[in-house]
Amino acid sequence: MRTLDVSTLVEDIAQMCIEMNYYVDDQLLGALKKAARDETSALGRNILGQIIENDEIAARKHVPMCQDTGIVVVYAALGEDLQVRGNLDEAINEGIRQGYQQGYLRKSVVRHPLDRVNTKDNTPAVIHYQRVLGDQLKLTIAAKGAGSENQSQLRMLKPSEGYEGVKQMVLDTIRSAGGNPCPPIIVGVGIGGSFEKCALISKEALMRPLDDVSEDEISAQLERELLKEINELNVGPMGFGGKTTALAVKVNTYPCHIASLPVAVNIQCHASRHMTKIF
Amino acid sequence: MKLNLPLTKEKVRQLKAGELVHLTGTIYTARDAAHKRLVEWIEAEKKLPFELKDSVIYYVGPSPAKPGDIIGSAGPTTSSRMDKYSPLLLDLGSTGMIGKGGRSETVIRSMKRNHAVYFAAVGGAAALLAQQIKSCEVIGFEDLGTEAIHRLEVEDFPVIVAIDHQGTSLFTT
Repeated sequence: MRTLDVSTLVEDIAQMCIEMNYYVDDQLLGALKKAARDETSALGRNILGQIIENDEIAARKHVPMCQDTGIVVVYAALGEDLQVRGNLDEAINEGIRQGYQQGYLRKSVVRHPLDRVNTKDNTPAVIHYQRVLGDQLKLTIAAKGAGSENQSQLRMLKPSEGYEGVKQMVLDTIRSAGGNPCPPIIVGVGIGGSFEKCALISKEALMRPLDDVSEDEISAQLERELLKEINELNVGPMGFGGKTTALAVKVNTYPCHIASLPVAVNIQCHASRHMTKIF
Repeated sequence: MKLNLPLTKEKVRQLKAGELVHLTGTIYTARDAAHKRLVEWIEAEKKLPFELKDSVIYYVGPSPAKPGDIIGSAGPTTSSRMDKYSPLLLDLGSTGMIGKGGRSETVIRSMKRNHAVYFAAVGGAAALLAQQIKSCEVIGFEDLGTEAIHRLEVEDFPVIVAIDHQGTSLFTT
């Protein structure tokens, strides 16, 4: 049994918070550059050009690429043969507290959804735990901005609506989101499980590498077809038309009840910020 | 095209949806919490932190400035959250809004009636946009932190005429 003292994590978590907000993912930057070359709308190309230039400025000047540096969502996969010493929740929040202070990141969390008083340190994070094999801790940390999160949707479909019903639900969500979530977007789709599980897996889908294709045949086909059909909606960069609405679609599924077909669509803006580290 | 502020209604009437505009002059920041309070103060007949006439309001909550910087990253937030408040501000003389995403029919009707314009800045281009901000000062609602009202002096600040005063909109969905 390996032992891990949570106090050793704090500095790394702080650093991850800063780095994910300053430095755009290489694969994402590549996808934006490809989109800028392929976009047919002149205004769309101009917008994609500004986004690329922005991400390069942010990296060069070590500043956040977007002023909305998000609420932090954490996926903690704990190995069964790992003994954690100390309070992991507190260590994660302390890392975030330090990172958001030291990195000059915006504090965007309120203590209560209705009294709206800012906690002034961007905590608490939303933390999801998983038990996995092994003796390591895998931490995935994401900065989730509200612009795209607010356009996300969940619906309980009838099983008879099936494959086409799921596609329609996703396309309706993207169409009605329009320019609000800062397209080009990345689309995370969760299908199955239960009401809360499909939301959770739709966000997990957003943590997959940009070029990752689902191993499940049906999901892979959905990813391919949805990406094509979303980009035919003519939402375009910032909602002004064009063929670049989504850079990727990721579908995750989970078994579900015989009477259920839950579908969640979690939208991610072009500033997709997440990092994974193994401890 | 270059456009100097303040934004008179005469200047508004020359702007057409789809035009790329570089703004130079003074703009004011306000987002959710500041809008709510502006409207409360108007109803209570209190003096506002800035003159609404011919003003341009930028929907932004900047990240903190690093030492030596004028402002942190400062891109637009989603405008539709301000839809509830905008018509009153336009009725009282504000002529321009900068944000991202579409607007409600009520706001567009108010824009047509008052001759106002809605500009979009590129969402997520916050580091690029911050470079065009030459000064930044909190002039009201300081307790709101990032949501306080800041007076910004901008130079060649890049925006797109998303909805013009005739109600012509660039949004496709």
